[in-house]
Amino acid sequence: MSDAAPVLQIDRLRLSRIDSSKPRDVLRDICLTLPAGRICALMGVSGAGKSTVLRAVVALEAFDHGMIVVDGVSLHAGPVPREALLRDFRGKVGMVFQQHALFPHLTVRENVTLALIHAAGVSTHQADQTAESLLQSLGVAHRSAAYPTQISGGEAQRVAIARALALDPPLLLMDEPTAALDPARRSALAETLRALAAAGRTLLITTHDIEFAKAAADEVAIMAHGEIVEQGPARRVLEAPAHEATRALLRHERE
Amino acid sequence: MRRGLLLLTVLGIAACGSPGPAEQSRPPAVLRWGGDAEGGAPFVEADPGNPAKVRGFDVDLVEAIANGLGRRAQFTQVAWASIEQSVARGDFDVGMSGLEDRAELRARFAVSLPYYEFREVLAVRPADSLRVRSLADLAGKRVATLGSTMAYRLLLEAQQQHRVVPVSYDDDVHPYTDLLEGRVDAVLLDHVIAERALRRTPGFIIQPAVVARGHYVAVFPHERAALRDSADAVLIARMRDGTLATIFRSWGVWDDEQATYQRQLLARVDSAGGVVDTTSHEAAATSVLAYAPSLLRAAAITLGISVAAMVLAVLLGGAIAAGRIYGNALARGLLTTYVEVVRGTPVLLQLFVLYYGLSAFVKLPALLAAILGLGLNYAAYESEIYRSALQAVPRLQLEAARTLGLSEWQVFRLVRGPQAFRLALAPMTNDFVALLKDSSLVSVITVVELTKQTAIYATNVGSWLVPGLLCATLYLVLSLPLSRLARRLEARWHV
Repeated sequence: MSDAAPVLQIDRLRLSRIDSSKPRDVLRDICLTLPAGRICALMGVSGAGKSTVLRAVVALEAFDHGMIVVDGVSLHAGPVPREALLRDFRGKVGMVFQQHALFPHLTVRENVTLALIHAAGVSTHQADQTAESLLQSLGVAHRSAAYPTQISGGEAQRVAIARALALDPPLLLMDEPTAALDPARRSALAETLRALAAAGRTLLITTHDIEFAKAAADEVAIMAHGEIVEQGPARRVLEAPAHEATRALLRHERE
Repeated sequence: MRRGLLLLTVLGIAACGSPGPAEQSRPPAVLRWGGDAEGGAPFVEADPGNPAKVRGFDVDLVEAIANGLGRRAQFTQVAWASIEQSVARGDFDVGMSGLEDRAELRARFAVSLPYYEFREVLAVRPADSLRVRSLADLAGKRVATLGSTMAYRLLLEAQQQHRVVPVSYDDDVHPYTDLLEGRVDAVLLDHVIAERALRRTPGFIIQPAVVARGHYVAVFPHERAALRDSADAVLIARMRDGTLATIFRSWGVWDDEQATYQRQLLARVDSAGGVVDTTSHEAAATSVLAYAPSLLRAAAITLGISVAAMVLAVLLGGAIAAGRIYGNALARGLLTTYVEVVRGTPVLLQLFVLYYGLSAFVKLPALLAAILGLGLNYAAYESEIYRSALQAVPRLQLEAARTLGLSEWQVFRLVRGPQAFRLALAPMTNDFVALLKDSSLVSVITVVELTKQTAIYATNVGSWLVPGLLCATLYLVLSLPLSRLARRLEARWHV
């Protein structure tokens, strides 16, 4: 671990929900610390709680106990604070949703400039320039005048990354980025993410895809039943799993 | 010669009136007649003692005629403005309800003897009684009357000659209450109606000067001239024996002028020996071209009211929808109540309440009341469209917007609202087309829009065919481009 302050620090995160009148633990004492420039893949079977961790970190989901600190700004247990109180926090975390969630009524460029103009108060001209260079770096600048319904799934994902990076957050979250990609696109995405990390960005990614995790991630955290059961360097954990849940996951994914 | 024949008919009818024993078991034939009980006393009104029955001098007259014909009178309720059309359709044998004699009527119907002479008189506020004595004194002033009447036609002429502003009403009560409230400066209507209104709502002056004279007639279908002739014979007989005078007296509409009129009429019957036509036979050349400007003007009013009401409905509807989604429990409760009350009651009633009901507190001009009434009504419908459209925007869209650091208001303004608007566009267009047509209801609060103008036109020319087609064309010309615009926007917005 580097001695600089971590970009993401999740400390004993706990969340339970009432499902059919009896409480169910969704997250149990999740702890995770990521320094700058690190890529971590959060893995596990469906329902293990991976997406819930991302939603908690991006302040869309409340949690019962514990704390989340992103680049020095913290989120505490209790209901999700009102947007006005999240102002400082919002600029710290970018989120790429599994379905991309681009705004269908705005062009690609407008999707990227929206936060710059309205949340950061950047001038339209400057926002346009920032958006162009982001879209350029992600290889989708030629689609900047198109509407989301007019572009492919792979392009939409790149636009969603550009939009999430518009405010230049130190932490980028991606939920199942490989879900709809063919193998060639997956390795291209891994390249892209490595480049982002090389530039100092920290990434937390949920995925099922073992090969992708190996190619893209520095470390992995394996989740089962709301807990992180195994954590460590990507190759070590995925090639020599120590926990039964990890072995089960690997078996399941290879079949 | 004709007179002798007529007398014979009368005698024959008299014989029928007292049927022999053999005929007594058979129920008497029916004389179906149509009138408007909403017109009220002294013409036709619901009997307070038995609201299922009607009474009034027209009722007594038609019963006298039926009696004379050996028939039983059977009443059919029909809106006053539609009586003639109903006669033409053959809904009943005779229409009678203070119907005014005029040349166009005689061209299309078998019209009875003009059984009553009425005088068009001006009603004014006491303060104006010395200053306003005739239509010429009313330049630039608003003068109320019942639409599609002789008085309305007189006002249209006065509009040309004296710059009088005619205001058309659908009933004969509100012109007088509006006179007292200062919404109009005078009322021109039949003295029978004016005197009744004075008994009901005292406080105005009926000017003694007679603006014009007209006559009430019974209207028969064109092909039933024989029935009309028999009825005329009965009327003449009852006029001679004083029955008519007794009826008119009992309803308080008998005076010296009426006695003089009957004497003159009977003298003319004696000398002419036939049907008496009191209308002046001026050419009733009412071509389409003559009505085109007024129809176009009315279409512009329809469009103007609809656009203004829709703008109000969209703005208010948006606010209601936002309030019902984002507001606290109290705001949600109040707004839900508003929507349910407005959607659950007829817009016609709302217009009445807004214009007449509230007139003690605020005297809204008719056009403003029309826009407000329709706008407030449609706001309830629009709000439901927006509410469902807002709720149809996926939650993920809102979450994505929040993660970008937008405030709740910005999420609404930049992401949720615009997407909901696109979803709402098709139902909104639908509503606007409906509003365009619902705007015809505002004629009840004196606004002459396209449908009302068409009705006036149709009454004058005596047919709905050409006016109806013209009116429909104008409505389509207004509504079709709207649907087109909506389709184009939808295509552009990739809904």
